Amino acid sequence: MSHDVEILLVEDSPEDAELTIRALRRNKLANEIHVAEDGAEALDFLFCRGAHADREFSHAPRLVLLDLKLPKVSGLEVLRALRADERTRAIPVVILTSSKEERDLIDGYKLGVNAYAQKPVDFEQFSETVRQIGMFWMLINQAPPPGAFVASNAQRA
Amino acid sequence: MSHKVEILLVEDGVEDAELTIRALRRYKLANNIHVAEDGADALDFLFCRGAHEGRRFSHPPKLVLLDLKLPKINGMEVLRSIRADERTKAIPVVVLTSSKEERDLVTGYNLGVSAYVQKPVEFEQFSEAIRQIGMFWMLINQALPPGAFAASNAYGD
Repeated sequence: MSHDVEILLVEDSPEDAELTIRALRRNKLANEIHVAEDGAEALDFLFCRGAHADREFSHAPRLVLLDLKLPKVSGLEVLRALRADERTRAIPVVILTSSKEERDLIDGYKLGVNAYAQKPVDFEQFSETVRQIGMFWMLINQAPPPGAFVASNAQRA
Repeated sequence: MSHKVEILLVEDGVEDAELTIRALRRYKLANNIHVAEDGADALDFLFCRGAHEGRRFSHPPKLVLLDLKLPKINGMEVLRSIRADERTKAIPVVVLTSSKEERDLVTGYNLGVSAYVQKPVEFEQFSEAIRQIGMFWMLINQALPPGAFAASNAYGD
């Protein structure tokens, strides 16, 4: 892999993934996007194991865009696992879901999600939401410095 | 107070506070902004005590914009207190600082900041950063429904 992945998109719907990627690329917000189609693959990616054993914790994505209803491992379980491990807990996670359940919103915040966005049904609004997410998280937010958490963890251990 | 505060701006720099408020109002992103000029007033506001004892935990601001170098109690201590209490831990907190210290960035993420933004020095860029922050956090991010945490806490979760 020559370029670092900027965004991990965890999305099982090919159409939503396609729309999201297109909106990010069109607005030049991210080129290197990895799509995980289920929660298990997302965890393998983030924890550098299985098919992603060649990845390194020090090259975390700048942002995880996380759907909630996913095959194998749910989005909230992915979030829980990320926040429970020193090496991954600082990675910014934005939930992007069609869920209208207040319970999901509350659980997301309880588990320490950075932000929570609802997928608009309308195509134009969906693209605009993705653009706003990309503008803020890729251009304005300062991501955790690469390797800082891995390093501070190693020093402490 | 007839209108609910949408943003708590914790900022001791009078000019920066002025610029921030102007940018948020110009783009119609927030009208009701409370400025806390030091960390102690910010905590009184968020914890509904002292001069702010008329406030309620069930009506938190949608966003806390938090400077780091503050009189009385610094921004990191404010963040730590917010994240340590069930009643306030889900409030979105965006650090907005002129600090270029990587240490601050790492500490911010360690303490569970929602996002971290460096203040651009240049006026136009500062306003643009505020606009992007406002667009994402006021229009795209779903804040918790009022009282959700106070309530779920009361249920003993």
